[in-house]
Amino acid sequence: MPEKTLLKHTDTPNSETMDFYLSQKGYEASRKALTSYEPAKLIDEVKGSGLRGRGGAGFSTGMKWSFVPKDIFPKYLVCNADESEPGTFKDRALIERYPHSVIEGIIIACWAVQINSAFIYIRGEFTLGAKKLQKAIDEAYQKGFLGKNIFGSKFNLDITVHRGAGAYICGEETGLLTSIEGYRGYPKIKPPFPAIQGLFAKPTVINNVETLANLPYILNNGAQWFKSMGTEKSPGPKIFCVSGHVNKPGLYELPLGTPCMEIINNYGGGVWKNRKLKAVIPGGSSAPVLTAAQAEKLNMDYEAVAAAGSMLGSGGLIVMDETVCMVNALYNLIRFYHHESCGQCTPCRYGTGWLDKILHRMEHGNGKQGDIELMLNICDNMRGKTICVLADAAAMPVQSFIKNFRDEFEYHIKEHKCTVTI
Amino acid sequence: MDKVTLYINGTAVQAQKGATVLEAALSAGIDIPRLCFHSALPPQSSCRLCVVEVKGARGLIASCSLPAAQDMAVTTNSEKLFKYRKYILELILSNHPMDCMTCEKSGECELQEYAYKFGIKQTPIRGEVTNYPIEATDPLMMIEHSKCILCGRCVSVCRDLWATEAIDFSKRGFSSKISFPFDKPRLESDCVFCGNCITFCPTGAITERSALGKGRSWEVKKIPSVCPFCGCGCNIEINTKAGKIVKITSNENTPVNKGLLCVKGKFGYDFVHHPDRIGKPSACSTDPSADSASFVQQPCGENGHPCYPSTSLHENLIKSSERLSRPMVKKGGKFHEVSWDEAMNVVSGRLLEMKQKYGAEALGVLCSAKCTNEENDLMQKLARTLLGTNNVDHCARLCHSSTVAGMVQSFGGAAMTNSIEEIEKASCLFVIGSNPTENHPIIGAIIARTAMKGAKLIVADPRAIHLTKFASAWLRHKCGTDVALINGLLNVIVKEGLQNNEFINARTENYEDFRNSIEKYTPEYVSGITGVPKEEIIKAARIYASSKNAMIFFAMGITQHTTGTDNVLSVCNLALLTGNVGKEAAGVCPLRGQNNVQGACDVGALPDFYPGYQKVNDPNARGKFGKAWGIPLDNKIGYTLTEMVNFAAQDKIKALYIMGENPMMSDPDLLHADEAFKKLEFMVVQDIFMTETAQLADVVLPATTFAEKEGTVTNTERRVQLMRRAIQPWGDSKPDWQIICMLGKKLSSVLRRNEPAFGNVYFDYDSPAEIMDEIASLSPVYGGISYDRLGKIGLQWPCPDKNHPGTKFLHKDRFSRGQGRFNVVEFRPPAESADNEYPFTLTTGRVLYHLHGGSMTRRSTGLDFILHEGYVEVNPEDAERLGFQHGQHVNVTSRRGTIKIKANVTDKVPPGTVFIPFHFAECAANILTNNALDPVSKIPEYKVCAVRIEV
Ligand SMILES: Cc1cc2nc3c(=O)[nH]c(=O)nc-3n(C[C@H](O)[C@H](O)[C@H](O)COP(=O)(O)O)c2cc1C
Ligand code: SF4
Ligand code: SF4
Ligand code: SF4
Ligand code: SF4
Ligand code: FES
Repeated sequence: MPEKTLLKHTDTPNSETMDFYLSQKGYEASRKALTSYEPAKLIDEVKGSGLRGRGGAGFSTGMKWSFVPKDIFPKYLVCNADESEPGTFKDRALIERYPHSVIEGIIIACWAVQINSAFIYIRGEFTLGAKKLQKAIDEAYQKGFLGKNIFGSKFNLDITVHRGAGAYICGEETGLLTSIEGYRGYPKIKPPFPAIQGLFAKPTVINNVETLANLPYILNNGAQWFKSMGTEKSPGPKIFCVSGHVNKPGLYELPLGTPCMEIINNYGGGVWKNRKLKAVIPGGSSAPVLTAAQAEKLNMDYEAVAAAGSMLGSGGLIVMDETVCMVNALYNLIRFYHHESCGQCTPCRYGTGWLDKILHRMEHGNGKQGDIELMLNICDNMRGKTICVLADAAAMPVQSFIKNFRDEFEYHIKEHKCTVTI
Repeated sequence: MDKVTLYINGTAVQAQKGATVLEAALSAGIDIPRLCFHSALPPQSSCRLCVVEVKGARGLIASCSLPAAQDMAVTTNSEKLFKYRKYILELILSNHPMDCMTCEKSGECELQEYAYKFGIKQTPIRGEVTNYPIEATDPLMMIEHSKCILCGRCVSVCRDLWATEAIDFSKRGFSSKISFPFDKPRLESDCVFCGNCITFCPTGAITERSALGKGRSWEVKKIPSVCPFCGCGCNIEINTKAGKIVKITSNENTPVNKGLLCVKGKFGYDFVHHPDRIGKPSACSTDPSADSASFVQQPCGENGHPCYPSTSLHENLIKSSERLSRPMVKKGGKFHEVSWDEAMNVVSGRLLEMKQKYGAEALGVLCSAKCTNEENDLMQKLARTLLGTNNVDHCARLCHSSTVAGMVQSFGGAAMTNSIEEIEKASCLFVIGSNPTENHPIIGAIIARTAMKGAKLIVADPRAIHLTKFASAWLRHKCGTDVALINGLLNVIVKEGLQNNEFINARTENYEDFRNSIEKYTPEYVSGITGVPKEEIIKAARIYASSKNAMIFFAMGITQHTTGTDNVLSVCNLALLTGNVGKEAAGVCPLRGQNNVQGACDVGALPDFYPGYQKVNDPNARGKFGKAWGIPLDNKIGYTLTEMVNFAAQDKIKALYIMGENPMMSDPDLLHADEAFKKLEFMVVQDIFMTETAQLADVVLPATTFAEKEGTVTNTERRVQLMRRAIQPWGDSKPDWQIICMLGKKLSSVLRRNEPAFGNVYFDYDSPAEIMDEIASLSPVYGGISYDRLGKIGLQWPCPDKNHPGTKFLHKDRFSRGQGRFNVVEFRPPAESADNEYPFTLTTGRVLYHLHGGSMTRRSTGLDFILHEGYVEVNPEDAERLGFQHGQHVNVTSRRGTIKIKANVTDKVPPGTVFIPFHFAECAANILTNNALDPVSKIPEYKVCAVRIEV
C-alpha cells in the first residue's frame, strides 16, 4: 500500500490531541505560511499544486480562492463538514481522529484569502466530531494558533463550530450559508456566487474538510511533492470510502487515478461471498451508476470517471454484487433524495416526490406500463433547471439505473416481481 | 445610470445595469410566464416557470434572478421552453385540487390563468398528494394548503416587506408547507393579521375567511378610496357587491402603501355594517336576498372545510354600540327618533338661543380628525360665521398641538418634512416617542425593513417595541426625560465636532445661545436623569450625526407631555445641528394619528387659524376670510379643546357641537370631563355610533362612514387624497358635509330673518368638490388642489397653483420661517412623578388592533376577536413583588380614579413603569391620566402620571 498522508495517523491512539499533532510537525506549515508567504504567493502555490476540491465538484481550490475580492471586508471561510452523501464517510474520520490537520488547513486558507472569521459547519449527527473539534479548537486558542496576532504576524482568526440540524441540503454550499445565517437551509440563487456574495452577503470561501486537510502537507512538502501523486489533472492523494458488498469496507487513501478494481480487490478485499460484481457507484450516491464491465476499465480520477459517464464526486465507492435488485437499490436512493429535497424548486419538489412514489409502486409489484418513460420524463425536466444541483443529483441515478439496467425495470412492471431471486 | 444591451429573441433591449432578464423583457413588452416572481419582492426563483435559454449557458435559467449582461442572447420562447413550462405547470397541478369552480380566487388566480393559457386539462402524473387540513383558526384568514404552490411570496412579503417573519416553510420536499412556528395556530404566532400574504398569494391558498362566499372577482366592484383609520392614509379598494362591502384590498400601484395594508385597513371595515344598528333602515339600498345568499354555509368541520365566523363573536361586542340611522332628540332623559327637519329646528333654535343668552364665546365646536377636509372646513366656517366664535378645535389638540407649536417656532411649518417613500433612502432612522409598528403600521414596516437592509436605526423608548429588535442603539430613557436625552445627544455632537457648520452658518439662527445652553448636558449628567448608560448616548449621537441622511420620527411619546413643545423644539434642534432637514430622505417627521388629523389642521379646525394656517388675529387674513365668507369675523383666538372642557365645568362654555369625536374616551381625566359635559346646557353630537359622548348629548345626528361619502383626507405626509363613495348611506344617515350644509342654511335663514342685515353666508354646496374649490381659493398651500387633479395618487401640499406638482419634502433652500431657529430648551420633570403613595409611572398609548376610543375598531368582528380586552403591562419583577400573575385582574389607581384591568406581565416595560392602551371603555386609561397641560400648546400629559396597583 502506498504511503499515507491524510490518514497516516488516524489509527494511532490520541492522534486527535495537540501534543500528538505537534509531535508530527504540527502547525509548522501554518507558521511558515503566516510568517514567510505573501497571501498572493500562497494562492499561487496552492494553484500550482493542482489541488481540487474534495467535496464533490472537484474545482481547483487555488482558483476558487482567487475569485474572492481583495478589498471587501469582512470575508468568511466555511469548512464544509456536513458530510451527508450516502456512501461518503471520510471527513468524519479526519475530524474525529485528526482535527488539528483540518484546523491548520483553515488557518492556511484564511491567511491566503485574508479572512479573519471561519466557520466549521458540521453535520448535526456528528456529536462526537463536534466535541473533538471544539476541544482541538480550544487547544489551538490556548497555544495561540487561533485568536489574535497568530505567530506574531498580527493576523487574527476565529473559528466557530456550527452544528447542522440533520439536512443533507445544508451540505450544498449555499444551503449551508443560509443555515448559518439562521434561516431555513435553502440553497441561494446563483449568481451571485459565494466568492462574491456569500455568508451575510460577504465574500465567502467554502471548502471541504478533506480539501483543507491537504493544505498543511502541501506547505510542508511543496507543490511538486503533491503533484508527484495521481494524474496530471488530478494530482494528490484521495480518500476513497469503500462501502457495499466487499469484504473489507473502509477508508483507503490512494493516489488519484488508482484503478477501481484495484481498490475493490487489493484494498477492499474483493466482492464478498465470492459473488460477482454487478455495478459500482464511483462517487457517492449522486453519481451515475456504472456496470461491472465499465468498472473493469475505470481509473479513479476526475477525468476518467467523467469519461465513463459518471463522477468521482466525494470518492464514495459503492459496490453492488449480483444479488442486488436495481429497482430496489434505486428506490432506496430516491427515497433519500425525496426526503432531502428542500422543496424550493417545483421540479425537484414534485419530481423527487413522484419518482419516489413511482418506484415505490414498482418495487411493490404495482408498476404501470409507461412508468419508465414517466420517470425519464420527470428526470429530463429536473436536470439543469433548478436552484441547486440536488435535482440533478436525484435525476442522474434514475437515468443511469434505467440506462444500464432497463430490463430489470421492465421485468418489474411486467411480471410484478424481481429478476433477482436470491 | 449604466445600461446594458442584451438580445431577447433577437431584438436588442436596453436594460438598467443590475436589472434581471425578466425585468428587461417586461420593460420591452416581452412577457415571460412566471408565478413566484412579484415585482415588489426579491426574486424567489422557485417556481422555475420563467426559465429562458441563454446562448452559451448550460440548462435553462430562471430569468427572474438572472442579471442582464451586455450582449447576452436570450430566448424566451421556444418549443423546448413551452414544453418545459407546461411540464412545470403539470407538476404543480399534480398536487393541486381542480377546484376552480368553488375557489374564492377564481378569476384572479395566476395558476388558473396559466393552466388555461397552456391548455392543461389533466396532469400526466397521479397518485397520493399532500393532504393537510385547511387552517381556519380565526375569523379573518384561512389557509388551504392544497392550493398552495409553495412560491414563497407570502413568506417573503411577511419577512422582506412587513418585517414580521411570522410565516415560513416547514417540512421538506414534496411535504413542504407554509406554516407558523411549530404548526401552531395563527393567533399563537407573531402574525399581525395584516393580510398582506393574501394580497401577494398568486392562488387561493390564503384568503380572507371573512369574505368567504360573499362574491368573486367578477361579481365585485372595486372602488378606490383611503383607509379610514390611521394617518398613513393607505390607499384601499373597497370591494362591494349588492350594496355591501365584501372585503378591502389594495394594489401595488398605490403611492403610499404599494399594496400593503395593516390589519385595521384590511379587516377593520365591518363596523360599517355593524349588526347592532338601530332603527329600520328606510332608505337603505341593501338587497336582503343578497344578504342571505352570502351566508350559504359549507358544512362545518367536514373534510376540514372552514365554517363561517359565528355570530356569537358579535355578541361579545359592547352592546351600547349602535350605528345611528335617524336623528334623535333627548326628551325626559330618553332619545326619540325625529325627522331631519325637526332635528335641524331643534339644533338651530337651541344654538341661537344659547348664543343670545350667553354670547358667542359660550359656544364651542369640535371638528374631527376622522372627517374629510371639506367637512372640517365647513364646520369651522359655520362656527366662525354663523355662530360667531373661534372656539373651534379637534383632537389634534390632544396629539400634535405641541408639534405645531414647536415646529412652527423652529422651521415655520408643522408637518412631516419628508415623504413616506423617502424613508427607504435614509441611512439613519431615529425613532423617539413613537411605536409606528402598532400606530402607523405602514411606516413602521418600512422603517423596520430599511433597518433590515442596513440603515442604522436608533430607538428611544422606555418600552421594548418591535423596532427595538432592529435597532443599532436603544435608548431606554425614563418617561418624560426626552429633553434631557436629546440635549445629551446634542452635547456629544458639539463636543465631538460632528455638527454641520456649513448648514448652521447658512441656514440657521440663534446657534450661540443654543450651544451654551447644552453645555451642561454631558453624557454623565444626562445619564443620571434619563437612566440611559452614557456609552449608549455617545454611540447614538455618533450614529445620528455621522449618517448621510438621517430622518427623525416622533409621535405622541414626544408630544403628550407638559413639556411637549419643548420636546419638539429639541428634536428640531437635533435636525438643525446636523443639517438633516431641507433635503431628501432627511428630516423631522411627526407621525399623525388619525387619517385626517393633518387635513383637519390644514383647513382650520383650530382656534387660532383659518384654513391654510392663516392667523385669526391677523387683520389681513381676517379681512380676506370675512370678505369671502360674507360676514365680519371675530378677532379673538378661540378656546382649545382642553380649555373648552375645563370652561364647561366652570359654566363658561354652555353649548357644544361635536362632530365625529368621542372625547368621553379620549380626554384625560375622564371623570372630570364627564362632569363638565353634564353641565352643558346644550350638546349636539354628530356621529356614526351611539358613542360614550353621544349618550350625553341632547341631539344626536346620524352621519355616514367613510364608505358612504366622498371627500378628501390628508395623510401624515401631506398627501391630499380622494375618498370615494362605495355604498349608499345607511338608513337615514347623511354625510357630515350635507348635515352641516343643512344646518348652515337653516341657521343663516333664521339669522337673516331676525337680523336682515346679517350677511349672506353660503352653505349651498352641491358637492365636496365645490367645497374644495373654495378651500383652494382661500388657502395658498392648497391653492392648486382640485378634484380633477387628485387622480390615483393625490397631491402633496404645498401645492400653490394648478400647475404645481406638489411637494415631496419641505424647507429646501429656505425654511418656511426664513432661517431655521435653534431654541434653548431646559429639562423640566413631568407634572407628576412616582412617589410612595403612587409608586408606578403610568404611560398610555395605542395598540395595532384598535384606534383611538375604539368606536370603529371595537365594532369590527376580527379586530375585536384578536384583542378583546384592555390590559396593563407590568414588569415581572413588580408583579412578583405585588403578588399577582399574568392574566389576573388588578386595580390601578391614580389621584383621579381607579380602574379594574387585566394584568399583562411582560418585560416590555421596565420595572416601575406600567403601560395601558386607552381604547377600552371598560377599563379606560384616561380615567387615570393627568390633565396637566403643556403651557404653550395646552396638550395634556397623557404619557406620564403616577399610579398604584392593588390586587
Ligand atoms: C446536495 C449537495 C450536498 C452536498 N454536500 C456536501 C457535503 O456534505 N460536504 C461537502 O464538502 N460538500 C458537499 N457538497 C458540495 C458543496 O456544495 C461544495 O461544492 C463543496 O463544499 C466545496 O468544497 P471543495 O471545493 O473543497 O470541494 C454538496 C453539494 C450538493 C449539491
Ligand atoms: S434543486 Fe431541490 S434541493 Fe436544490 S434548491 Fe431546488 S428544491 Fe431545493
Ligand atoms: S397576515 Fe401579515 S403578519 Fe400574518 S403571516 Fe400574513 S403577512 Fe405575515
Ligand atoms: S400560500 Fe400562496 S403565497 Fe404562500 S407559498 Fe403558498 S401559493 Fe405562495
Ligand atoms: S397603516 Fe393606517 S392607513 Fe394603512 S391600513 Fe393600517 S390603519 Fe389604514
Ligand atoms: S418566476 Fe422565476 S422562478 Fe418563479
